[in-house]
Amino acid sequence: MDTPDLLPMSRRHLLILGVVTAATAVLPPFISARASAVNSSRPITTSLSLWVNDQQYELDLDTRTTLLDALREHLHLTGSKKGCDHGQCGACTVIANGRRINSCLTLAVMHQGSKITTIEGLGTPDQLHPMQAAFIRHDGYQCGYCTPGQICSAVAVLGEIRQGIPSHASPSLTEPPQLIAGEIQERMSGNICRCGAYSNIIEAISEVAGVNA
Amino acid sequence: MKFDTPAQTNPIDQLKVIGKATTRIEGPLKTTGQAPYAYEHHDAVANQAYGVVVGAAIAKGRITSMKLEQAQAAPGVLAIVTAANAGKLGKGKYNTAKLLGGPEIQHYHQAVALVVAETFEQAQAAASLIDVQYQRSDGAFDLRSVQASGVEEKEQMADTLHGDFDGAFAAAPVQLDATYSTPDQAHAMMEPMASMAAWDGDKLTLWTSNQMIAWSVDDLATTLGIPKENVRLISPYIGGGFGGKLFIRADTVLAALGARLAKRPVKVALTRPLIFNNCTHRPATIQRIRIGATADGKITAMAHEGWSGDLPGGKVELAAQPSKLLYAAENRRVTMRLSTLDLPEGNAMRAPGEAPGMMALEIAMDEMAHKLNIDPVQFRILNDTQVDPVKPERPFSQRHLIECLRTGAERFGWDRRHAQPGNQREGRWLIGMGVGVAFRNNLTVKSGARVRLNDRGIVTVETDMTDIGTGSYTIIAQTAAEMLGVGLDQVVVRLGDSSFPASSGSGGQFGGNCSTAGVYAACVKLREAVAQRLGVSVEDAEFVDGHVRVGEQNLPLRDAARNGELVAEDAIEFAELSKKFQQSTFGAHFVEVAVDSATGETRVRRMLAVCAAGRILNPTSARSQVIGAMTMGVGAALMEELAVDRQLGFFVNHDLAGYEVPVHADIPHQEVIFLDETDPVSSPMKAKGVGELGLCGVSAAIANAVYNATGIRVREYPITLDKLLDKLPPMS
Repeated sequence: MDTPDLLPMSRRHLLILGVVTAATAVLPPFISARASAVNSSRPITTSLSLWVNDQQYELDLDTRTTLLDALREHLHLTGSKKGCDHGQCGACTVIANGRRINSCLTLAVMHQGSKITTIEGLGTPDQLHPMQAAFIRHDGYQCGYCTPGQICSAVAVLGEIRQGIPSHASPSLTEPPQLIAGEIQERMSGNICRCGAYSNIIEAISEVAGVNA
Repeated sequence: MKFDTPAQTNPIDQLKVIGKATTRIEGPLKTTGQAPYAYEHHDAVANQAYGVVVGAAIAKGRITSMKLEQAQAAPGVLAIVTAANAGKLGKGKYNTAKLLGGPEIQHYHQAVALVVAETFEQAQAAASLIDVQYQRSDGAFDLRSVQASGVEEKEQMADTLHGDFDGAFAAAPVQLDATYSTPDQAHAMMEPMASMAAWDGDKLTLWTSNQMIAWSVDDLATTLGIPKENVRLISPYIGGGFGGKLFIRADTVLAALGARLAKRPVKVALTRPLIFNNCTHRPATIQRIRIGATADGKITAMAHEGWSGDLPGGKVELAAQPSKLLYAAENRRVTMRLSTLDLPEGNAMRAPGEAPGMMALEIAMDEMAHKLNIDPVQFRILNDTQVDPVKPERPFSQRHLIECLRTGAERFGWDRRHAQPGNQREGRWLIGMGVGVAFRNNLTVKSGARVRLNDRGIVTVETDMTDIGTGSYTIIAQTAAEMLGVGLDQVVVRLGDSSFPASSGSGGQFGGNCSTAGVYAACVKLREAVAQRLGVSVEDAEFVDGHVRVGEQNLPLRDAARNGELVAEDAIEFAELSKKFQQSTFGAHFVEVAVDSATGETRVRRMLAVCAAGRILNPTSARSQVIGAMTMGVGAALMEELAVDRQLGFFVNHDLAGYEVPVHADIPHQEVIFLDETDPVSSPMKAKGVGELGLCGVSAAIANAVYNATGIRVREYPITLDKLLDKLPPMS
């Protein structure tokens, strides 16, 4: 191919051009500014019904609202935390229809009729869930920001092991997984604790599960 | 209260509450999701709007144009803040780069706009419609390429040149000359920087997430050009800081500006992908260490020379600093050089200076021990010093490093370590043990508090001290309970509000000791007020079980407040003692690793820290501080690295998927032992800091364990598989 004009250009020139032409706004490459403008000129709202902590809520929501933001900003259930909004930290973990999920990675409108349990639904300061009490006893937290997600995950993890769902750490896919620290650590690894309370968290979960950490 | 002579016996020494393992008093709130963090104060003020920050897409240069029309016309948009309409902004004392860029851009993802809208979704969508054009300028993004231009920053760290290093090193029969590097690291605290601002006339209230309330009131007032009396900061719960929230950041300033422009309360959280380049980080370092010793292991010459970079007017990372004090040597050279880089702002991260410094120094000590054929524990013991080696007339107030090393070696089973590396296998795993010394200075900072007693006998403590996960709520409650002879359930602690007396704040591991000492001082005053009200002599009074005992008299404490609440306020102020004595904290880390002989994957199997850090106020939260620091040290050793795009000048892996921090599966059960120590030189509490100590030296202990397992010496952190893979011993 004959492209003599390009040859004298340095990489820097190319990059500058690239910035001017393509990377002018912070849009992902698959959405043009025009299309996005059209879409945002008519926000779509929808009504939906959520069951959260055994209570029914009727909501009218922008369809772009994540389940996490529906909980935090609309229902004011701020126990579920936003640590990354990208499914990378686990602080937003809630239990939806019996399974733990990252509530930042799912839209609220996908949960019409779902039964959601958040940290507020597990227990209250006066009536702690056994997992919450164990976290306090073992000092399984420090700043407290990842803690609701850790606790929701922990409660669900013990359920998953009981149900025989295998993990990466399970020696066999067909035998029931063992209730041991290694299994719990593997399954809890989607919940980051930057304060580094892991050793204590595993002790807390193990105590509730009745195993030696 | 002036603290200018070592503490005598005082009510804290009763140790009825202080020193007892105590679960966190705010635990029931945190574990049930009831503790409100910065973005969660829904009830504080009505009509809250949402702000989303737009970050610069270049590292250095200028904005040539900014088209806001589409964003302004987008549904729900209330206001857009840019440098063009923000008015004249100052720069806070603790910020290096401006918090709102434009037209000049100082670093990648520097904030250039805030879009305020009715909802978060609308603000985010509109933020993506802002069209910014830039003109790039050249910048320096690679520390190695600017290393030679580094300069001494006399005010931050002047060179220590003691004796004749060059002569002594040349004459030393055993020498080490090695260069190490530590990468840029991110705090990666779990709670993003977040603030909500509300104006009432010219008064500004900010609910935020901040470690240093008084500093930040000053800096926000300076930035906005308003009197600091008009600024109130409220920060009761902080989802981690590690130094990243010592200062106001873009969320704080832009929330204030957005709220002013939109005439509504506005809340702003930095999105996770913005935080890594928009906020501060721990700067990368290059460190050259030379040690000369006699054949029997006595260090005669030590040089620790380091290099780091930052934006113009920025800070040097004081990595070489621990080599001023840690080991005896008659001839010494300790220097740091700072070069200009156009990467995002470098600043304090947990144990600034010491953390990266000890990562290098404690590998060097291990290397030297091997050269000398002396056990690494013994080599460190041989070179202990009980005085400041450069000023021998200045002793350490307490220094129990040798006990830490000996206790740890015994408890860990150090005698089972194979001195020859690469000699222990378990199936496909190569097993090794490593040791590293922990060392961090103890700083003392003025700290104030107010204490109230009501007619129900409830004691309320108010201070602007913060709890960033460190356990401040609990140790402050323990202090007040001990001083006034009441149970913990009789104490209420209110923190993180600038309307309370200014405290030390949370940083430099000084917060625990200093803030409780401030509460101690206020409680001493309250005890005097109580005695006066009850008509007894405070010298004769004992405060026990909610009563004041004087001889045969046993008066209920609450009676002192029968005719009105009693309020006392004071601050602890530290004087000359830190000049007369060197105050430091010490520890020893022991680590066992297994390295996969085929893949080079390193697994940490056992960890033990032994610490000597003054009186341990609450063994529960102090232990958590140390295991948390050990965990961060695993990250620093094995995975954490902000990858620099040296062409475009930014950190590439700017989220929690790309910037890897330890997860559950990376961390084994961890053990911590605190030596029984009280340090009357540090404060009336006789305590010292512990939160950063636990991070210092642990990464080197891991590096040394990897060496012991494999025989491979990695001097460039983090120790990832690629640095081991082609050097692993042959498969057996």
